[in-house]
Amino acid sequence: MAQTTYLEAIRQALDEEMAHDPSVVLLGEDIGVYGGAFGATQGLLARYGWQRVVDTPISETAIVGAAIGMSYTGLRPVAEMQFMDFIACCFEQLTNFAAKSHYRWGAPVPIVVRGPSGGGVHAGPFHSANPEMYFVHTPGLKVVCPATAYDAKGLLKSAIRDNNPVLFFEHKFLYRRIKEDLPPDDYAVPLGKAAVRREGRDLTIVSYAAMLHASLEAAAALAGEGIEAEVIDLRTLLPLDRETILASVRKTNKLLVVHEDTRTGGIAGEIAAIVCAEAFDDLDGPIVRVTAPDAPVPSAPALEEGFLPNAASIADAARHLAQA
Amino acid sequence: MELTLTREQQLELYYFMRLNRALEERLDRLARQNQIVGGLFSSLGQEAISVGSAYALEPGDWIAPMVRNIGSLLVRGYKPREIFTQNMARANSPTHGRDNASHLGDLGARHVVSPISMLGDLIPVMTGVALGARLLGQKRIAMTWIGDGGSSTGAFHEGLNFAAVQHAPLVLVLENNQWAYSTPVARQVPLRDLADRARAYGVTSAIVDGNDVLAVYRAAKQAADQARAGHGPVLIEAKTMRMRGHAQHDPAEYVPKKMKEYWKARDPIARYERALTAGKLWSACEKREIDARIERELDADVAFAEASPMPGAKEAGEIERGVYCEGCHEIAPQWQRPKDELLPPKSVVDARWTVTDFGALEERVPVKRVTHSKAAKFSKARRARG
Repeated sequence: MAQTTYLEAIRQALDEEMAHDPSVVLLGEDIGVYGGAFGATQGLLARYGWQRVVDTPISETAIVGAAIGMSYTGLRPVAEMQFMDFIACCFEQLTNFAAKSHYRWGAPVPIVVRGPSGGGVHAGPFHSANPEMYFVHTPGLKVVCPATAYDAKGLLKSAIRDNNPVLFFEHKFLYRRIKEDLPPDDYAVPLGKAAVRREGRDLTIVSYAAMLHASLEAAAALAGEGIEAEVIDLRTLLPLDRETILASVRKTNKLLVVHEDTRTGGIAGEIAAIVCAEAFDDLDGPIVRVTAPDAPVPSAPALEEGFLPNAASIADAARHLAQA
Repeated sequence: MELTLTREQQLELYYFMRLNRALEERLDRLARQNQIVGGLFSSLGQEAISVGSAYALEPGDWIAPMVRNIGSLLVRGYKPREIFTQNMARANSPTHGRDNASHLGDLGARHVVSPISMLGDLIPVMTGVALGARLLGQKRIAMTWIGDGGSSTGAFHEGLNFAAVQHAPLVLVLENNQWAYSTPVARQVPLRDLADRARAYGVTSAIVDGNDVLAVYRAAKQAADQARAGHGPVLIEAKTMRMRGHAQHDPAEYVPKKMKEYWKARDPIARYERALTAGKLWSACEKREIDARIERELDADVAFAEASPMPGAKEAGEIERGVYCEGCHEIAPQWQRPKDELLPPKSVVDARWTVTDFGALEERVPVKRVTHSKAAKFSKARRARG
């Protein structure tokens, strides 16, 4: 059987959820006839028709607002951002309308807002960002960042079935670069549970999305030098799986957090605070972070390469920490 | 259009307007006693719009009120005690003290979507409600309100455009009360009639005297009928005047005295009372009875609210409870059509655009649009209306 790409896994999740539940509907720009800018909704209009696959005007506020409204009638809309950078256009609908709805007046908002984020494809400051932390700072939302094809499919299914607004940050660098065999049967990956991708005793590397793969590459290189890194894939940033992180740190006593998002206010700071509060006595070294610098994502290939963390920069930091 | 309201219904319109005003007088009094939590936004002078428009809806329809639409909430079945406890942030209020003012809602029987303070955002949301109801096969419409000020937000324009292009069964009531906080309408919008906003989106619009409850009712009924029939959204501009400040703290000294006097002479309730009397639809005795009944209801409900407890934060985790739905709600859409219409093989379509107008100025033919078969039907109906 042919292996399934990360992108095809997302398409399959949408297709299978739409097939099993007619209340799942899609909204977004160019998602119908065209099948989405990256093809994540390819073929779905032909299968499910104009009422369930809605091509919208270029109006992110209307897309997310309408998704919220549809969810109040009991539907489960999935809205696409053509690029996750454009989620800034509907910040208000997400942070003030969707996020506060259940708390304020007991109205659940079972929507998913999904789309491609992340850099590595030389797409410049407006098509490469990692805007997840604006929303991790918003109680009422859930934030998911899959790193594998298996997870992309299983987490998206859980997101669609969840009764809360879920922001689903796909990583466009992984869309066609990651492939794996997926089980033929229906499965879901629960939100809020991290995965240990590699076991090790010398230090813990916590990461997510594309940086998981760079972290695993670094861990493989370090193993050749006798340094055994444990690698954790967060999978969901909100809610954050504290237990998996803490259990690993208690074992390895050292923590390196890696993310492609910029440094200040990134998830690394939050994880460091949690570990300091809960496992300070277990630490045998400083908590270290490898992140993008505090800058927009630059366009030129050489600049973007300098901006993004990579296996070498992660391995350098890990080596330094392991020897501390 | 003929007015088809019975005498009882016409008296009920009076009841709701009078209840709206009397209830807000009580809120005003409670505010002076420091019993109100958060801002208090008066709808004095605008009661005919809240009441007349909501009165035109069917029981299953959806509304999303703005902060000055207490009258609409009353028409949809909210009790004064709910409004009092909400504004007093009591534990038994509709939001259990988590929000204030008219920020309340009910996904259940009353179909009320709670507003947020940011203006315009309800328009895309209620467009979604309208589209959701349509997908489920329900013959329900969505109604919401916006002010002259709120009509300048991006959400207003994105929402109205999307509603128009989808022919959503949405009725938008634009209450032009002449003032956005302290800024007169002429300094906000270079249009005499805000109904002209609708023309940019090909949306049908009407202008109505917002201080004439029967005129508002008729316009809203006609709009609701059109939306329900599948002819797309309607915008109603209701001309009126905000007779108090933006909120209770604001004495509104920026409003010219003459303007206030002009509108005071056109008070919607006094005017309707005169019409009922002139039409011999009630006696002085009947009016006294309605007014007395309202005061009795309000006495009881204010007492109820005053005796209601404030919420506490003593229990561990109390503040964070309810941020997420953790299985507390079962989401079950009310399908009123066979679901298999939305599943293959019945849902299968030819996923191609039918482009009948190539867009050039030369050879312009009567308006045709990029369309597909379902929308074509609506477009035809719209063209027929001109």
